[in-house]
Amino acid sequence: MSSSKTPTQNSASGGYPHRHLLGIEGLSQSEIVFLLDEAAEYADLDPHRHGRNALLAGHTVINLFFENSTRTRTSFELAAKRLGADVINMSVAWSSIKKGETLIDTAMTLTAMHPDVLVVRHPDSGAVKLLSEKVDCAVINGGDGAHEHPTQGLLDALTIIRRLGKLEGLKVAVCGDILHSRVARSNIHLLTAMGARVRVIAPPTLMPGRVEELGVEAFTDMREGLAGCDVVMMLRLQTERMQGSYVPSIREYFHFYGLDREKLAHAKPDALVMHPGPMNRGVEIDSELADDIDRSAIREQVEMGVAVRMACLDILTRPLRTGRRR
Amino acid sequence: MQRPPARPVAPGRVAYVNARLLDPASGLDAPGALLTEGAEIADRGPELFKDGVPEGIETVDCGGACLAPGLVDMRVQLREPGEEHKETISTASRAAAIGGVTSMVALPNTEPIVDDVAGVEFVARRAREEKSVKVYTYGAVTRGLEGHELTEMGLLTAYGALGFTDGLKAVADAQVMRRALAYSTIFDTVILQHPEEPSLARGVMNSGALATRLGLSGIPVQAEVIMVERDLRLVEMTGGRYHVSHVSTGAAIEAIRGAKKRGLPVSCDTAPHYFTLNENSVGDYRTFAKVSPPLRSEDDRKAVAEGLADGTIDAIASDHAPQDQDAKRLPFALAEPGIVGLETLLALSLAPVHAGRMGLLELLACLTSRPAAILKGRSGLTRGWPADLVVFDAEKPWTIDPDRFTSKSKNAPFEGHMVQGRVLRTVVDGRPIFVA
Repeated sequence: MSSSKTPTQNSASGGYPHRHLLGIEGLSQSEIVFLLDEAAEYADLDPHRHGRNALLAGHTVINLFFENSTRTRTSFELAAKRLGADVINMSVAWSSIKKGETLIDTAMTLTAMHPDVLVVRHPDSGAVKLLSEKVDCAVINGGDGAHEHPTQGLLDALTIIRRLGKLEGLKVAVCGDILHSRVARSNIHLLTAMGARVRVIAPPTLMPGRVEELGVEAFTDMREGLAGCDVVMMLRLQTERMQGSYVPSIREYFHFYGLDREKLAHAKPDALVMHPGPMNRGVEIDSELADDIDRSAIREQVEMGVAVRMACLDILTRPLRTGRRR
Repeated sequence: MQRPPARPVAPGRVAYVNARLLDPASGLDAPGALLTEGAEIADRGPELFKDGVPEGIETVDCGGACLAPGLVDMRVQLREPGEEHKETISTASRAAAIGGVTSMVALPNTEPIVDDVAGVEFVARRAREEKSVKVYTYGAVTRGLEGHELTEMGLLTAYGALGFTDGLKAVADAQVMRRALAYSTIFDTVILQHPEEPSLARGVMNSGALATRLGLSGIPVQAEVIMVERDLRLVEMTGGRYHVSHVSTGAAIEAIRGAKKRGLPVSCDTAPHYFTLNENSVGDYRTFAKVSPPLRSEDDRKAVAEGLADGTIDAIASDHAPQDQDAKRLPFALAEPGIVGLETLLALSLAPVHAGRMGLLELLACLTSRPAAILKGRSGLTRGWPADLVVFDAEKPWTIDPDRFTSKSKNAPFEGHMVQGRVLRTVVDGRPIFVA
């Protein structure tokens, strides 16, 4: 659930006294603010003008992905490279893991390679935390099952702050497959901790049980849910879930839950439209709306992703760097 | 309970003096003494040995501790044959002896599955070799636990199967369940059901706010009560004897309470974890707290405790389910379910007594005479009955440390749990198999 609460011996990481970043839940408001402030500084650097810096020169970041992801992996890879780290990408087919080598064996193998940061994505909730208990480096959760995707939560928050100037008091709607979404959970924890009012909108078959206990309001009617919202955050609906198992068809889903201009008109006039990507155009979001740069922050989300990940890599390696001669 | 022949020669006469005699079957709760002769109980009562024990009789001074029929654990998994790296009949027998258990009944979900006579005979032979706790087995309801074809229930019963269950799998097909219940009436045996409608039970923990937070798929309480209510209709239809294993929800208990009122031949058991813990034990993906059915909400935990206190729940079984590290040290969804419970059965079960919610005799009935009755066995301090006994100190406090379990597997979410009640001596057929 929460990040490791054991403070590191070294106080060099300042406002973030945890060894890992496993989730947003359990982080204090000041810790979140610290992460976002640091990320904002990276966001202001022009990568073309500043080029690579050497902050993490000589450090190794391993991207360990048990699930396919081009976007998140690339974003982490770019972030690490811009900080001058050596980056290794490991994609592991989870099916082959199930057959033989266990997650614990994988962790032990990697530990022997002495990485400084391990970025892990895994299809099972809780798997990244389990792995973090067995390795001796910092671990960043790159998404675990339907649990958390903390850097996505941070990059979404940073995007909103840069567009709307704040989080507190905003009304944010998160729409779509809440049940299976780690992005939804990280956003809910972060936004509620920062004083935003969060609404979740989904058909009952994609709404997790007793979701109100996370501090959100739940809606099954999109127009009602969007009423007066400052931000509309759409979620991706996996293809295998739209053909009769959770919703009857793509057509029906788009009709009732796809974001188009008509439904968006129920939100505030200048409401911001977001999507963690990759988008299913015509399934959860109208294609032309997604491309409207006045309304859609989707491109900016990707940019903020790199900045947030640079900040996280920087912060989690600070204890290490201050303890080691550069 | 009775045991197949070929027991070793039993010892002579033993006098248990200075005991608090507790016999749920007869309602006896009084200071007194008990005499065993060979493998049987020869005499017992408050007046016995009032003037001392005659010479030539071995004397065990119970020091005021409780003396009761040995515990009858109606639901354990022994993992032998097939998964001896998790548990064997030998290690489980030692764990049972430490726990005060004198008879236990194994699920048929071993490898191979106990769905034929050879399987029943294998368990009986291994138990004879151990010369320790009495080990019985259930037969599978369906061949290969596949839920389709009935096993040879009559022959399996004749060879000693005490009842029929598909173990951790529910008999999902209503027609198969109907026939199993109907057919079982010929042999007056019992069908034990794992109470989960499988299509609703594909999750990995209780449905609710915690499952939502953890991003784990949930199992609603309705999965349990739907299966129980369906089966109760089939019991009405067939007259078969029906037992619900490890009930975990208030809704199912309410359904069973109603069925008993209507006079249906229905019984049920639960396990200590269902009235001791709730879903919060899952905490941060703690796989030791993963069981099937899952740990439920606090309201359901209270309902289980209430069902015990008002007698709706007939028995407490340990639900002993050994799992090794490899089966538990996995992402939560992939970990195997189960808790080992033989060594903590008595101490955890005594909690409602210490809390003043149940009498000691009532509680002991759930661990002795009532499960024995369901399985048509004998459990009681009755003259001429098997001398299967437990001597225990009901008050003695201790802290559970799974690392110190004798069981081969240590998977229990009770580390550091403070309990009261320690077994001092376990006796099977007049012979001590455990002395603290």
